[in-house]
Amino acid sequence: MQGKSIDMTLVGRDAGRVERVAADLRVRSPESEIRVVQADFFDPVAIQATVNAIVAQGAVDIVLIAHGSLPEQGMCQDDLQACREALEINGVSPVLFAEAFAKHMAKLNRGTLALIGSVAGDRGRKSNYVYGAAKGLIARYAQGLQHRFADTDVKVVLVKPGPTDTPMTAHLKSQGVKMASVEEVAQAIVVSIERNQSTVYVPGKWRLIMWVISHLPQFIFNRLNI
Amino acid sequence: MTPVSSWGRLSAHAHDLVSLNDPKQVARLLASKPGGVAHGNGRSYGDVCLNPGGVLWHTAGLDHFISFNQITGRLVCESGVLLRDIQRMMIPRGWILPVTPGTQLITVGGAIANDVHGKNHHVLGSFGDHVRRIRMARTQGDTIECGPELQPNWFAATVGGLGLTGVIVEAEIQLRRVAGPWMETETVPYANLDEFFQLADDSESGWEHTVSWIDCISGGGGRGLFMRGNTTDVGGRPEPKDRKLTMPFVPPVSLVNQFSLRPFNMAYFNLKTLRAGRAIAHYESFFYPLDNLLEWNRMYGPKGFYQYQSVVPRNAGQDATQAMLREIARSGEGSFLAVLKTFGDRNPVGMLSFPMHGVTLALDFPNNGEKTHKLFERLDAIVREAGGRIYMAKDSRMPREMFEAGYPRLDEFMKYRDPGISSGLSRRLIGS
Repeated sequence: MQGKSIDMTLVGRDAGRVERVAADLRVRSPESEIRVVQADFFDPVAIQATVNAIVAQGAVDIVLIAHGSLPEQGMCQDDLQACREALEINGVSPVLFAEAFAKHMAKLNRGTLALIGSVAGDRGRKSNYVYGAAKGLIARYAQGLQHRFADTDVKVVLVKPGPTDTPMTAHLKSQGVKMASVEEVAQAIVVSIERNQSTVYVPGKWRLIMWVISHLPQFIFNRLNI
Repeated sequence: MTPVSSWGRLSAHAHDLVSLNDPKQVARLLASKPGGVAHGNGRSYGDVCLNPGGVLWHTAGLDHFISFNQITGRLVCESGVLLRDIQRMMIPRGWILPVTPGTQLITVGGAIANDVHGKNHHVLGSFGDHVRRIRMARTQGDTIECGPELQPNWFAATVGGLGLTGVIVEAEIQLRRVAGPWMETETVPYANLDEFFQLADDSESGWEHTVSWIDCISGGGGRGLFMRGNTTDVGGRPEPKDRKLTMPFVPPVSLVNQFSLRPFNMAYFNLKTLRAGRAIAHYESFFYPLDNLLEWNRMYGPKGFYQYQSVVPRNAGQDATQAMLREIARSGEGSFLAVLKTFGDRNPVGMLSFPMHGVTLALDFPNNGEKTHKLFERLDAIVREAGGRIYMAKDSRMPREMFEAGYPRLDEFMKYRDPGISSGLSRRLIGS
């Protein structure tokens, strides 16, 4: 974004953390206007109010919905509260944000709505199916939204990253899992939004990997420890 | 536990990797799990960034900028920011890091903790000379702020302090004005050390950046190529494309060996001599020539390599350098990556800073076991005799007496050590 002036609003749950990202962006792009909004991500009324306040400042060109958290699968199995939170923050909450922005974009008949799904959403696996189910929800939702906006100028982009080197996956990294860099995934998100691609795997190899995994017959799949 | 190697690839011990991602949480995290050491981009060669069997606090997630003043050039950022990211962002805006080493793929925290130097030491000193403030977290759960005027003793202990006084979380750096990304350079071949020192002295006033490649094998005389440069304003030229190559695998034996070294050095010296003279170069190719060859450290094969970097005081410098070159040529060890450069007459910022007024010789050596260690012992003797010392960012083997003799302010430094921080290097050289 160097050299380009943009107007961006960051929405997050933790005001301190969003402010940290905003300060970083302001150094990288002093010409840009970076705003910060703290919001409750579980409450539909709060989500609606947050989105209303943002669109009241002007038409929104691009929305990227990227929040989530990687729960520990074992914890979701033992504790229904943790299970519910994982489903809500990774599945329900992004959908509510998207729906609120979709309404606004439908009215103007323009805009791009990008959602972060995951390769984990393509087939349920014992190692993370609660998270996978929430991400699968995002995928099915994005599919429906793409259908709804098929003949309009509203674009819906679904990005499915493989494991990415972020704070969310720090514990996987310490187990030695190979991960894509944040820069690589970020670049791919920018490109897929520019090109209005409907579903993007990042890195691209995951399209093939997930195709194979999705098509494995169950009697083979069930023997895999993944 | 994850195997971690430093740049020399001499070991791959298991480490407990802990990612630091939130600057506000670092002190709390350290207090809950002490006994580690900060690890940035892992570009130091030896064990200063390692802690075999213990915790490594990985700072890659502390990669946010905090503020920048376009008028004063003051940059505040977190400690895991790479120097490359500062350079690429700031140079187009007319600001540059005053001091950078031969790679820009290192973190701000690592640059401070090793008080790195560059090709312009005689003009601008070391990295620590341009740090105005450091904020670090300690394993007792507290945070310390220091700078040249704020708790200056803490500052002097932390600059060049090998990460042992606390984990650097954030730093404020004074950048320097620059016209653009281009350098005016000159390459001058030299036939021996007399000529090298003459060139170094002649270049001190007119050239900001000086360095030389030295042929460590041919004749033992010390021929080489002296390179000097100044940033320059040549108007808008297209910047070179980012062309990266990767050393794709670890060869079964070192590609640098007694068969390849002599012909390579001969070819390099003669080809470069043919093309000697003045040129315009992009700053990245002048300052960081190896950064586009990713994972070049693999070329030394599965056993890894050492870098031996020493500095000796100026008055004893020429004889000591000559003696070291003779030993190296006689041993047949060594590499084509060999650098000779002078340091200016400046007070070091840190208690354990490496640079001193004199001449520094840095050479890679493929790890040939006992043979290589025997050579190092002979080099150590020369360096000690001359009153010099070895650079800890490169070291993984110097004996403790050598360290104590080379760093006389060690006792003073020990008052500022964080007892909950320990590295492979600190246990080897300080005993804990």
